[in-house]
Amino acid sequence: MQATQTLNADGSVRFYDDGSHHPQQGTLLGFWIYLMSDLLIFAGLFATFAVLGRSYAAGPSGADLFDLKLVAINTAMLLFSSITYGFALIGAQQGSKKLVLSWLAITGLFGLAFVGIELYEFAHLIHEGANWQRSAFLSSFFALVSTHGLHVSFGIIWLVVLMVQVNKLGLTVANKRRLMCLSMFWHFLDLVWIGVFTFVYLMGVL
Amino acid sequence: MQDLNHLVFGRLGWDAIPHDPIIWATFAMVVLGGTVVLALMTKYRVWGPLWRDWLTSIDHKKIGIMYIVLGLVMLLRGFADAVMMRAQQAIAFGDQAGFLPPHHYDQIFTAHGVIMIFFVAMPLVTGFMNYVVPLQIGARDVAFPFLNNFSFWMTAGGAVLIMASLFVGEFARTGWLAFPPLSGILASPGVGVDYYIWALQVAGVGTTLSGINLIVTIIKMRAPGMTMMKMPVFTWTSLCTNVLIVVSFPILTVTLLLLSLDRYLGTNFFTTDLGGNAMLYVNLIWIWGHPEVYILILPCFGIFSEVVSTFCRKRLFGYASMVYATVVITILSYLVWLHHFFTMGSGASVNSFFGITTMIISIPTGAKIFNWLFTMYRGRIQFELPMMWTIAFMVTFVIGGMTGVLLAVPPADFVLHNSLFLIAHFHNVIIGGVLFGLFAGIYFWFPKAFGFRLDPFWGKVSFWFWVIGFYFAFMPLYVLGLMGVTRRMSHFEDPSLQIWFQVAAFGAALIAVGIAAMLFQFFISFIRREQLRDVSGDPWNGRTLEWSTSSPPPAYNFAFTPVVHDLDAWTDMKKRGAKRPTSGFVDIHMPKNTAAGVVLSALATLFGFAMIWHMWLVAGITFAVLVISAIVHTFNYHRDYYIKADEVTRTEDERTRQLAALPAQA
Repeated sequence: MQATQTLNADGSVRFYDDGSHHPQQGTLLGFWIYLMSDLLIFAGLFATFAVLGRSYAAGPSGADLFDLKLVAINTAMLLFSSITYGFALIGAQQGSKKLVLSWLAITGLFGLAFVGIELYEFAHLIHEGANWQRSAFLSSFFALVSTHGLHVSFGIIWLVVLMVQVNKLGLTVANKRRLMCLSMFWHFLDLVWIGVFTFVYLMGVL
Repeated sequence: MQDLNHLVFGRLGWDAIPHDPIIWATFAMVVLGGTVVLALMTKYRVWGPLWRDWLTSIDHKKIGIMYIVLGLVMLLRGFADAVMMRAQQAIAFGDQAGFLPPHHYDQIFTAHGVIMIFFVAMPLVTGFMNYVVPLQIGARDVAFPFLNNFSFWMTAGGAVLIMASLFVGEFARTGWLAFPPLSGILASPGVGVDYYIWALQVAGVGTTLSGINLIVTIIKMRAPGMTMMKMPVFTWTSLCTNVLIVVSFPILTVTLLLLSLDRYLGTNFFTTDLGGNAMLYVNLIWIWGHPEVYILILPCFGIFSEVVSTFCRKRLFGYASMVYATVVITILSYLVWLHHFFTMGSGASVNSFFGITTMIISIPTGAKIFNWLFTMYRGRIQFELPMMWTIAFMVTFVIGGMTGVLLAVPPADFVLHNSLFLIAHFHNVIIGGVLFGLFAGIYFWFPKAFGFRLDPFWGKVSFWFWVIGFYFAFMPLYVLGLMGVTRRMSHFEDPSLQIWFQVAAFGAALIAVGIAAMLFQFFISFIRREQLRDVSGDPWNGRTLEWSTSSPPPAYNFAFTPVVHDLDAWTDMKKRGAKRPTSGFVDIHMPKNTAAGVVLSALATLFGFAMIWHMWLVAGITFAVLVISAIVHTFNYHRDYYIKADEVTRTEDERTRQLAALPAQA
């Protein structure tokens, strides 16, 4: 915005730009705002869990159900995937398409591992009769954790699409911007998971 | 065969067609009217231009107009519901059962509320923000033009679903916020609540995305020199509104998601057993719901501010206090939600807190009223239609505000909760505030959008019938509410109440005349458009940048971006004799039209319909196609083009000729 002069060369007031004014790129700000709105969806689910998380209806509690070691491994998967996404961005800064694609692939594999372990955990819970219909606690548990899991799954689909696009068109300005957006999305899901791990699992077994 | 049928059609069968002569007659009229319109459109060959220039357009002005048309069409539907309710309540006393059976009446009051808020007020408000904000800040479009088109079509998709419920199946019988356990699967096993859920979810995606879009537009795309405190008030209120949208609509999304999980997957969020808690739903939905009413009213406050300063020929009194009042209302709107259910039993301390915050919110609102009054004080008031609506608003809204403060007192609320007093209160503020504001906006900006004014005579007829009709329709409800009559009743026993309902029905009839006069006004103004033509682009001697360009503005809005030095930028430019550039035009970078928005939201709407009717196969396929289409769309990197300098020159030369032909201004 400051690029345009408000006065003409002779000191008179300028009322019209000379055609050189261009509005700022808004995608990253827009994506930030989207993330904040998505965060509010999670806030609603966390609040629901806070209200209903101890309503066991004489059924199993978190202490009965959660396998903290498994969840810790799963947490590690997601945290590693954030680091590897960071490496992909470093690759993008160096302009190396190969580095970007390899680190994105590794990130995607970590993501798949996370979703896989989560599905295994869900299958195990359902097998034990602890499904989402059993109690309000389990309803809110499944809603919160699987909403996060669905976000990760969509993140993986996006990641694959973006790999195809980077491979096809290279590290263009548009693709770098998309890499930044997915990066923010990916780290955001990490952050939400820290909340889930602490609030649902760690505090749930207390 | 039975299984396959179930997989494809789910619960949908011939029995889904309602057995009700009222609906049959409506359906016949819709089919007849629709056929006539479609035939005329084919005859005059408007399909091609309609598709190319409007439906696939990503021009914020055209999208804004489409939002407003959607809102006005849905206003007719919502008002038809209102007339049926007023008629039923005026006659259904004692032995008289009225003409609407209870199960039908319950659908009507639910549909009336949902349609008026989500598909009348929201599209109209969003339409104005879309049309006006980029022009006011000197921008050529919004930040994400494709997203804007997609948002509109998602809103339209929600409207399509709710209209479909009239003829296929049924609508919810739960009231406009669908409180469980009534909206749960046990009490409402039919498709009504599912129509409600999916209509709002589909439209909600559009609303949230449009909120993000407009925030980024206002933050990033203002003309050079327009600092935050030089933004027009309407732009300020739009910014706060869109912040409210982005911060509240996700809560609605998650609340409806949990309700649908209860209904579809048997979870226990809001059920009455296995630990569910229905009051959680009421809390969550009002955490969205209260900011929602400010989403509706804040842009209207902005419209009134623009109208008052324009038609009083004065700078707005207390611009800074107006901005701060708007921001304070934005924040406070999140701290009052519990006043919608004081009777829940949260205890005296909690109720006191929310009662006090509710009363505090009337302070910034009162400050705004005084700012408008002081702007009018010693101004040269011109009683054009927008100003008339503004004055009607100031009188009416103050009454509604005072009854609101009354309801904010918890002991008073215990008496008046869910009574017709409450109904009178919120119609008093929503009609007297939001709708009057939107009408003021229509009369104010219509000449900008179409290049001719609306006929003032029929506008005045409409105005007086509307305003007087409003008082006849809703003042009796205050009285009835004080007498203890509760809302949502389809039949009464006490004959002494009937006269009040008859007066209210008379009021609704007056409003019907007001609406008819308004429609006739659109028609007659179009016929007489040459006499009502305005070529100056500035028919009201406006103060902000939208009046500096032609009416209707060219696709690129401004050939050269204006440079802003003062709050009322266009007044400043006129006063200091800014010369409109007439040569040296350059290529202008613009976004390209696309059909992706129409396609994606059609798929989303179909997906919603399939989910409503448990058509799992169709739902699965449409969802997969939706995701794949979205991905395909991301492979389109060529979304822009240049309007060539010689085309800009041609357009601007034409404007130069028009302006030169105008009689010289004194």
